[in-house]
Amino acid sequence: MVTTGKKIGWNRAEMAQKVALDIPNGSYVNLGIGIPEMIADFVPKGREVIYQTENGLLGMGKAPNQGDEDKELINAGKKCVTAIPGASYFHHADSFAMIRGGHIDICVLGAMQVSKNGDLANWSTGAKDAIPAVGGAMDLVAGVKKIFVITQHVTKHGAPKILKKCTFPITGKQVVKRIYTDLAIIDVTKNGLFVKELGPNVTLDYVKERTEPKLKQY
Amino acid sequence: MINKQASSLSEAVVDIFDGATVMVGGFGEAGSPIELIHALIDHGAKNLTVISNNTGSGHVGLAALIENKQVKKMICSFPRTANSMVFPELYRAGNIELELVPQGTLAERIRAGGAGIPAFYTATSVSTLLAEGKESRDFNNQKFVLEYGIKADFSLVKCDKADRYGNLTYHATARNFGPIMCTAATVTIVQAKTIVDAGNINPEEVITPGIFVNRVIEVNNPAHESSLVEQEKKYPW
Repeated sequence: MVTTGKKIGWNRAEMAQKVALDIPNGSYVNLGIGIPEMIADFVPKGREVIYQTENGLLGMGKAPNQGDEDKELINAGKKCVTAIPGASYFHHADSFAMIRGGHIDICVLGAMQVSKNGDLANWSTGAKDAIPAVGGAMDLVAGVKKIFVITQHVTKHGAPKILKKCTFPITGKQVVKRIYTDLAIIDVTKNGLFVKELGPNVTLDYVKERTEPKLKQY
Repeated sequence: MINKQASSLSEAVVDIFDGATVMVGGFGEAGSPIELIHALIDHGAKNLTVISNNTGSGHVGLAALIENKQVKKMICSFPRTANSMVFPELYRAGNIELELVPQGTLAERIRAGGAGIPAFYTATSVSTLLAEGKESRDFNNQKFVLEYGIKADFSLVKCDKADRYGNLTYHATARNFGPIMCTAATVTIVQAKTIVDAGNINPEEVITPGIFVNRVIEVNNPAHESSLVEQEKKYPW
């Protein structure tokens, strides 16, 4: 079969756009570091979404213009950001009251591994010489109403990241609601993993070959 | 007359003793009280337990305090960041202890400590490695782990404006751990960009009420950690 020239799946920006389409108007959202940060660029016109960054800002805006950076106005990834008109600053206990108290609607995180029952591993490979670092990931998965994961479908070495059981230490148990990969959008339900949408030129079999647990169709 | 102004940075940190527990404000470089940390390096207290979200970057500020072998244990949520070399090296060599705490649990432990709450239950870290060995309890059919409030002998905090009573305001996301750390230490030491006359901070805008603060010292032009790192500065210079 010749598929030369045919792009398979979504690129990072398209993945971010897919997530953005699923964020309802008026949502309070926390975006993780990396691909999740791109989601803010794709919110459809007419929708207002408020971004919280756990280091203490509700109403995070875009990156500042060069020369306008304020080194004490940063996001959780420690990059300079701006505050929208109507933003607020707060200390860490208030910030995590928003998160742990269930006030944030959606959090989008990267993943090292996700299991079929929605366990997420994204803080440690468990390697002996690794410096463990957790930040706010465990608070977010424990407290935010809906956890979305955005990730490449397989690792750099081609191994599945969606597994029957996570082999890395988990960040939270049964926390992921939906997985957005370059190949598919997959819902995590009590009855297993369901494919909601396939990427361009991606077949169900192609995704199944790259996913350890069973995938079902709606 | 109440006047919490210290006459110098060195006077502000003079009683920090060997073996003390010290909270250090800041999230990355935002809110990091670099000048107070450097004064603590000059002062030389050792065997410190330091509570701070990160472990500093380059060879200045918190990283320099660690590099100067004054810290025996770090309690933090994210000990590695860009340009953070000092802590990872000491940790891998087994020369510094680490207590890793989820960021929200760290904040709540500090808040609880400052509010006289000895312990609390949280859903954060349930079923993970970080909950191993901790007491847990079910409420409404959900599992929670027990976490303890935390207090310190000293807190080092950076703010924007202060007055002689120790009322404080902060700038943007530099607020982060400042207000809660002020509440949780026996002695809270604050560096302020400006010290204004009492009455010049609108009471509606005070973020940290003066009761939580013991000393303030004005540092007009605080250094930015990332600028010092870019210039490859190393403290003591």
